[in-house]
Amino acid sequence: MYLIPALTLIPFIGAILIFLDSNSKRRGYVIYGTVALMMLCCFLLVGQWILQGAKPWHLYPQTGFIDLLMQVIEVFLMIFIVYKSFKHKKRWISLLAISQTVLTLWVEHSIPLVESTHTTVDSLALLMCILCSVVGGLIGVYSVGYMKSYHENHRGIIDRSNTFLALLFVFMAAMFGLVLSSNLIWMYFFWEVTSVISFLLIGYTQTDEAIDNSFKALWMNLLGGIGFAVAIWLCAMQNHSVQMQDIVSGGNTMIIGMLCLAGLTKSAQLPFSTWLFGAMVAPTPSSALLHSATMVKAGVYLLIRLAPALYGNLCGMVVAFIGGFTFITTSMMAIAQNDAKKVLAFSTISNLGLIVACAGIGVEQTVWAAIFLMIFHSVSKSMLFESVGATENSIGSRDIEHMHGLILRLPKLAYIMGIGIAGMYLAPFGMLISKWVALKAFVDSGNVLLVIFIAFGSASTMFYWTKWLGKLIAMHKPNTPDHDATRKDEYFSMGVLGVIMILLCLLFPLLAGFVVNPIVLSLFGATQDVLSMSELTTMVIMVCSVLLVPSMMFLITRMAPRDYVPTYMNGVNVGDNSHFIDSMGESKKLYLSNWYLRFEFGRRRLLRPSQIVAASVLIVTFAILLGGAIG
Amino acid sequence: MNRYISLILYLLLAPFIGAFLDGIDRKITARMQGRKGPSIWQPFYDLYKLFSKQMIAVNSVQLLLNCSYLIFLAIAGGMVFFGTDILMSLFILSTADMFLILAASSDSSPFSNIGASREMMQMMSYEPMTLLIAVGFYLATGSFRVDEIIAQNSAAFWMMPGLFVGYILIMAIKLRKSPFDLSTSHHAHQEVVKGITTEMSGPTLAIMEIGEYYEKMLLLAVVALFFIHGEPWSWIIGILACLAVYFIEILIDNISARVNWRKLLDICWLITLLCGGINVLILMLI
Repeated sequence: MYLIPALTLIPFIGAILIFLDSNSKRRGYVIYGTVALMMLCCFLLVGQWILQGAKPWHLYPQTGFIDLLMQVIEVFLMIFIVYKSFKHKKRWISLLAISQTVLTLWVEHSIPLVESTHTTVDSLALLMCILCSVVGGLIGVYSVGYMKSYHENHRGIIDRSNTFLALLFVFMAAMFGLVLSSNLIWMYFFWEVTSVISFLLIGYTQTDEAIDNSFKALWMNLLGGIGFAVAIWLCAMQNHSVQMQDIVSGGNTMIIGMLCLAGLTKSAQLPFSTWLFGAMVAPTPSSALLHSATMVKAGVYLLIRLAPALYGNLCGMVVAFIGGFTFITTSMMAIAQNDAKKVLAFSTISNLGLIVACAGIGVEQTVWAAIFLMIFHSVSKSMLFESVGATENSIGSRDIEHMHGLILRLPKLAYIMGIGIAGMYLAPFGMLISKWVALKAFVDSGNVLLVIFIAFGSASTMFYWTKWLGKLIAMHKPNTPDHDATRKDEYFSMGVLGVIMILLCLLFPLLAGFVVNPIVLSLFGATQDVLSMSELTTMVIMVCSVLLVPSMMFLITRMAPRDYVPTYMNGVNVGDNSHFIDSMGESKKLYLSNWYLRFEFGRRRLLRPSQIVAASVLIVTFAILLGGAIG
Repeated sequence: MNRYISLILYLLLAPFIGAFLDGIDRKITARMQGRKGPSIWQPFYDLYKLFSKQMIAVNSVQLLLNCSYLIFLAIAGGMVFFGTDILMSLFILSTADMFLILAASSDSSPFSNIGASREMMQMMSYEPMTLLIAVGFYLATGSFRVDEIIAQNSAAFWMMPGLFVGYILIMAIKLRKSPFDLSTSHHAHQEVVKGITTEMSGPTLAIMEIGEYYEKMLLLAVVALFFIHGEPWSWIIGILACLAVYFIEILIDNISARVNWRKLLDICWLITLLCGGINVLILMLI
């Protein structure tokens, strides 16, 4: 039992040590130690839970002191937000913070609540813990080396690495707390902490753009926080209990709608997507942490928890619509991006949209698919973010156009990026199988709109990933060799993630049988094999063939003798494949660019209309819910 | 047992039947254009000659990627002929196509890069329709599995005419027929040299061609899938339908002019929404 507080305290104590230590070398060792302890603790907890029969644990009924501590911290956070918003002349944001904090404090002190437990350890919570400790921990390891290179390349930014690294670990601590809480008030506390820390992480560089974007993230997440606070208030008024299970079984649409609002803002669904791509100004480890395994997954986690209560009602329909709509529009907008981190941001939002849509339908198969998507997305997205960050440190740009021929320039990073991209969309890797199951489930639930969304969305998803992959694989010899500035710990982190990714694909049937099915069982009380064992085995054979065929072909074709010739350029090739003779008789450098279709799929064209559609759907929904609640 | 025979027959015979159909295609096309045309066996002579040519390459990975393209097309087709999941097979088909795009992008050549970009555009245009067709089969017959689809009491065609029309459209893209032969064309009039295949020569090109024959047989098998059901005579209808559709594709090829990518995308997505979307909606409602 001591493991649960240990899980949140280890990253927190680690964070304090990191913050206090000014010696960067020693700080690195503290981080490695914290990560190792955190993973160990997490796996011990999982082991203990399995040994005790893998039944949900409900713990901590009496928590007077901790409750008080949390209230003090909440007030402190509120004061901090008010101070920041006044300092940066965004005073109205303080209203959001004050109103929700006052509301929750008032609920806690004036409405009597039935005594009940505060922590639940079940399979879904543990899965989130594993994701957070393994993926988050590896990102922590990565950030040690990354921040050194980052400050070498960005001299103008004040080096506050210790604050940054410490915040990453506080964030992980909050995430553990969030997923293990079963009580809404506790959940809300950790929810607030993640919002504020993401605000600090995004604003790390203190440039005007960073400050603007961090406030954008703050107000959107605080809006979700208000939804959370209102849900707590309604819940406490109605049944004097703020337990998650009671809400799911109670099925009050107003409460669920408010929690869904919180989930949608955290998981950056339309119309609240702008904070996520604004967050790309921050150094890469924070993007990797916030957008793969933790922050956005907190929103998705909440929605998956609520999924059984979303089946077949208005809230579920709207959540599913918003998710599907986000999936298709953001995957189209990703086509027009040439900044690698922006592409990753849009693809994150679009994949989250798919997960949200699955949760919104709220039947066993869709939740099954949602959990799979969540696992695969965390691993491959963190890997992609890390490799893009490392590439940026080495070549000084994160423009996909500048990654032309990366396979010859920085081969290791190119392979890691390639594995990540393949994992995101290629048959028969994890994401695609989950998409396949999601498609089946959408058809079964009779939702034609979602089927069309997924059909068009996967087409555009394919487009933007393939053109990126094509850039990486161009066998173009560079004029000047690039210096690989990636450090050992960064490679360690990316390498382990890559291995995890491949193992996850190969061990797909085991993952389904031992992890995902029990979670679905615990959420719905029933489970069915979404994919039969024979289908799963076929899938594994397919994965093997995708890995084997190119390597086999490599061995076979290596033997074939070949004469290398220059490429065809209408007979005006200078001879080195990178220059041609122009009409004035001079040699000119050849420049190859990808297709971005900015006019058709650009953010300028699509973002505003899709935000309006999503916002109006939300507003109408809340109007209907409110009408139902009052009348 | 049957499924193993059909799989082996597909893997062995598909290139030959595909090449033979290609020969017929050239002959009919020539007649439509008022020419005499090459011999029906011309594709075989071409392949023989390509294989006997010297290995000339622009880089070391193109051959490997083309071989992967071939193998994945064979796997995708094999899945249909083996009677397994059609949706998965169509996903693998896209994976195979991606290897061709990578092969073309790998050489930093301007023409083949344009071809690769256009191929991606073509992929984006037909992908929604392929998914909807798989969904249509599932709704009409209750299964994604090919062996269960062909064991039905009546032909799936009657349930999904809209999807069938859409399928003819995307088949034109997949067979590289005008008006959708943007990335590379079988015709002499080209604007990007030979597009995606510009840098492929000799055996490398031959491997790509064989891959296309496997793909052609897979596409025709899906046409047959619309018609084949429990009755043995429906197989004859299936084969006749394949031939008819193939003829329609040749006809479209010869009577239409190439469109630009914007038109391609508009036409495909619009027809997908209208024919495919409405057909799927009706299937869901009944």
